[in-house]
Amino acid sequence: MSLHKLTLCELQKQFQAGEVTATEIVRAYFLRIGYVEPKVKAFVTHAKESAFMEAEVLDRKLKGWRKTKPLTGMPLAIKDNICTDGVSTTCSSRMLQSFVPPYDATVIAKLRAQEYILLGKTNLDEFAMGSSTENSAFGPSRNPWNLHCVPGGSSGGSAAAVAAEECVAALGSDTGGSIRQPAAFCGVVGLKPTYGRVSRYGLVAFASSLDQIGPIARNVSDAAFLLQAIAGHDPMDSTSVDRPVPDYMKALQKRDLKTVKVGVPVEFFAEGLDPDVEQSVRAAIGELKQLGAEIKEIRLPRTDAAVAVYYVIATAEASSNLARFDGVKFGFRAKETKDLLDLYMKTRQEGFGPEVKRRIMLGTYVLSAGYYDAYYGKAQAVRTLVCQDFDAAFKEVDLIVTPATPTPLIGRAFEEETILRAAHAYEQSTKWHLKKPTIR
Amino acid sequence: MEITQQDVEKVAQLARLAVSAAEKEIFAKQLTQILGHVDTLSRYDTTGIEPTATVMGHVNVFREDLVRPSLSSEQALANAPEREVDGFVVPKILEER
Repeated sequence: MSLHKLTLCELQKQFQAGEVTATEIVRAYFLRIGYVEPKVKAFVTHAKESAFMEAEVLDRKLKGWRKTKPLTGMPLAIKDNICTDGVSTTCSSRMLQSFVPPYDATVIAKLRAQEYILLGKTNLDEFAMGSSTENSAFGPSRNPWNLHCVPGGSSGGSAAAVAAEECVAALGSDTGGSIRQPAAFCGVVGLKPTYGRVSRYGLVAFASSLDQIGPIARNVSDAAFLLQAIAGHDPMDSTSVDRPVPDYMKALQKRDLKTVKVGVPVEFFAEGLDPDVEQSVRAAIGELKQLGAEIKEIRLPRTDAAVAVYYVIATAEASSNLARFDGVKFGFRAKETKDLLDLYMKTRQEGFGPEVKRRIMLGTYVLSAGYYDAYYGKAQAVRTLVCQDFDAAFKEVDLIVTPATPTPLIGRAFEEETILRAAHAYEQSTKWHLKKPTIR
Repeated sequence: MEITQQDVEKVAQLARLAVSAAEKEIFAKQLTQILGHVDTLSRYDTTGIEPTATVMGHVNVFREDLVRPSLSSEQALANAPEREVDGFVVPKILEER
């Protein structure tokens, strides 16, 4: 029996029924990891020893009294910018190579409370800055579908691990596409939840007004199942929102898309779009129409400003967030420095890779005296205009469909269930999610 | 706008980031290029438009100021690159007179 082939919902059902033990699951996954990981290189750290120990404890406990939680015994991989108590969290950076967090991120505490099993920490572009997972201090990850291709990024390790069946599902983080784009590249399901839906406490900060943790899974049901486990208000993150968490699995039960209005923004089908991509997206839109959705052309006229806005805001916030890496309290410290300033300067020069430095430089520049209004202030104002575009669009439609990188489906704030429902209906009427890579 | 190597030097100093001669040259080129793209923003009239700092319109969040369990000093110091007893070690900050 190849346990690694089962989806999260399937494995969960078998485990809950007592048909497999946690130890069997962990053994199957490390067998799989041993086989494909040398080629895929999805992980920065394996948690083999602790995974077997946790599994054994679970199995022993469940022998006496079989009381389980939704994720009991489920083997997950976690992006290596999410703090795990006692397990190193490197952000794929030399700066944090030997950092072992003394606490769990809230999402990890929630998973732990549900008795999940951590298989390992996955590779990323250093500090989540990049779209290919090539900017990792520990070397690139590969795309399981074609080892000569990148898995996307920055959550490329998580997406590759899910596609290569090295874990049943994973967590990633998304600031400007870092879950959605690698999920698309690796043919798996990824969701960036609404900002505030999932606690950011314990996620190493890149751009605080954009960062969000989300699920990467083999199909839509699995993604919904995992989102359910991590969503919700957290007093430790003042930007997390105190709103009830809907039942995402229930939202999937509606199989047709009647009453759902789907917008197709003309600006996203402009010059530069690959004809193959356009054809696939148009076919998917046709499928949504078949399922009963009403397709409507919409406009997001300020689309071309969005990337510029992102570049200013994300780097500005990053330059401020990454100021904490000073070689004093934790992380890397440069040797042989003459005074405190020299210690800061050299530690940061030697500890950060080129992409991180570039973004710190750009962010510092746009926040510096004389340029703040022209760049940072301006970007924040244009951000308002971009938001207005989406607000107007969502008065007309429930979902927006775009070419897959980075965002195939966009929904209203706090309406993840609409995205999941449409994606699930699409998945049920197509066979894409059943295709598996042959890793060679 | 052209970013010069002197600009790079000044920004690097602000960012507490030492840069090599080669990095100065590369960053000057790359920042000029990226800021050229960012200039797209100037095409948009933002007179009277409120800036967006955060998309969900959060308000300030208060909590009771209570003593709660926190990291022990041993835990807080465990990742220190250099420590002595119960403190972080840093190079000398003040000059001797």
